[in-house]
Amino acid sequence: MTTAVEVRHVYKRFGSLVVLRDVSLQVQKGEVVCLLGPSGSGKTTLLRTINHLERIDAGEIYVGGKLVGYEYRKGRLHELKEKAVAHDRRRTTMVFQHFNLFPNMTALDNVAIGPRKVEGLPRAKAYDQARELLSLVGLADRADAYPKQMSGGQQQRVAIARALAMEPEVILFDEPTSALDPELVGEVLRVIRELADRGMTMVVVTHEIAFARDLADRVVVMMDGSVIEDGDPRRVLDAPTDSRTARFLSLQTA
Amino acid sequence: MSNSQTTAESGVDASGERAHGELIRAVPARYPGRWVVGVIAVAFAVFVIQAIIRSPNIDWGEVGHYLTYPTILKGLLLTIELTFVGMAIGVLGGILLAIMRLSANPVLRAISWVYIWFFRGTPLLIQIIFWFNISLIFPRIILVIPGTDFGYREMTNSLVTATVAAILALGLNEAAYMAEIVRGGLNSVDQGQEEAASSIGLSRWQTMRLVVLPQAIRTIIPPTGNEFIGMLKNTSLVSVIAAHELLTASQQIYAQNFETIELLIVASIWYLVLTSIQTYFQGILERRMEVSLRTRSESMPRQLWNSWQARRRPISNVSDW
Repeated sequence: MTTAVEVRHVYKRFGSLVVLRDVSLQVQKGEVVCLLGPSGSGKTTLLRTINHLERIDAGEIYVGGKLVGYEYRKGRLHELKEKAVAHDRRRTTMVFQHFNLFPNMTALDNVAIGPRKVEGLPRAKAYDQARELLSLVGLADRADAYPKQMSGGQQQRVAIARALAMEPEVILFDEPTSALDPELVGEVLRVIRELADRGMTMVVVTHEIAFARDLADRVVVMMDGSVIEDGDPRRVLDAPTDSRTARFLSLQTA
Repeated sequence: MSNSQTTAESGVDASGERAHGELIRAVPARYPGRWVVGVIAVAFAVFVIQAIIRSPNIDWGEVGHYLTYPTILKGLLLTIELTFVGMAIGVLGGILLAIMRLSANPVLRAISWVYIWFFRGTPLLIQIIFWFNISLIFPRIILVIPGTDFGYREMTNSLVTATVAAILALGLNEAAYMAEIVRGGLNSVDQGQEEAASSIGLSRWQTMRLVVLPQAIRTIIPPTGNEFIGMLKNTSLVSVIAAHELLTASQQIYAQNFETIELLIVASIWYLVLTSIQTYFQGILERRMEVSLRTRSESMPRQLWNSWQARRRPISNVSDW
């Protein structure tokens, strides 16, 4: 197995608040890792550091063996320019809590814009690919709809298609279902499950414990900026080693 | 509830409850106070208007005569030109200043800030007079490639005429206001849009062009329309440097025939015509852009018509719905 994402001893502060404290994490290719933890535990920040939406203060992050946000030149670390960072981000696309679809574009354009403008794919080819991805998420018939005309669940599925279109090495999900009405959660989780079956590497920040138990290859629990559990979902969720995990889980299911 | 006892005529059963599917036939609440206030307001308005119209001191025939007088029409044309050119400079300059203001480069940010601070902080009237007298600071304009004889020389006074001074003053002043409008529009776009764009690898410039600007335009259009109307009226300020626009043209005529009020009415009528046309087109533009479905508003005459129609609309039976 090869490593898709490797986070090594990462620290991150917002002012005087330490949000990530010596966090290390490995994600193998094809693996689904669920990040759990109370709000403010740093799980979303960790996710955002993986594609350099947040800068880190210490440590190293590798995606596909390549350092994120920096490069070594003649033995010294140099921060990459904005343009290079932006271009690298396509390898770690992200699905956001509030979808963040582009409201000025149709579903089809939302999915096709990345391949067209970043990869330089011809229009027709990008649209063909986008249509395929929309049918993969079950929205072939909504290609010409604008985000405002779609339900939250549909929007999130378009957002997943948009993330897939860049053929990333890993997709980062930031609480993909927590802004959805309860009856719409299932359709989004089904799509994520479908991707897992196809061997997509995914890191998912979630509050859906049942989903994590069911789908994740590994569950990581964070608390106050540190990783306190990392392992097989059944082991972590049913027999946690840390008492704080047990307390967190009991609050979730209550 | 039982429907069996309900009679078709009354829709009310023995216990006084209404049956399913019966329309509400209630007397609407009356607001006589609204009528009283409305009548008083109309009476007052009629009084003021007839006092003006029937005033023996206003010669309405002269108003009609000067409305299409060649000097007035020429002034009108210049007013329109000043408005469009001034607005064009204002919009382009405003976009440039707004992008500078949001730039990562602190020097550009500072320049933009100082520009806006200066041009918004001094009266437009002073700026107009200033540009007209620019030759007092720079008597000549010389643009020559250093070390050669090749270039451009001109006396400032022959280059900066009253019209040029007016355009410079109006356009550069407007740029400061437009900068704030554009900046507000860019800031109104959710931060998540930029994050989403960069997470699929779009560069900063692509994000601006493909994602942020198209969304910002919706916020920018309505206040820009207001600026346009403001610009139209502000062109009258350049009458102080005699730039021969509408107000100057009127002033020149009444300086000779002393029909001051008549010519001011002529000028006002033309300003009203222009602002009305502009308001009409802005309405169309905003509706087309669907600025916001919730706050989408109808024009005033349309609102009055609709509320009149609503009173007369018969209510059909529930079964027809």
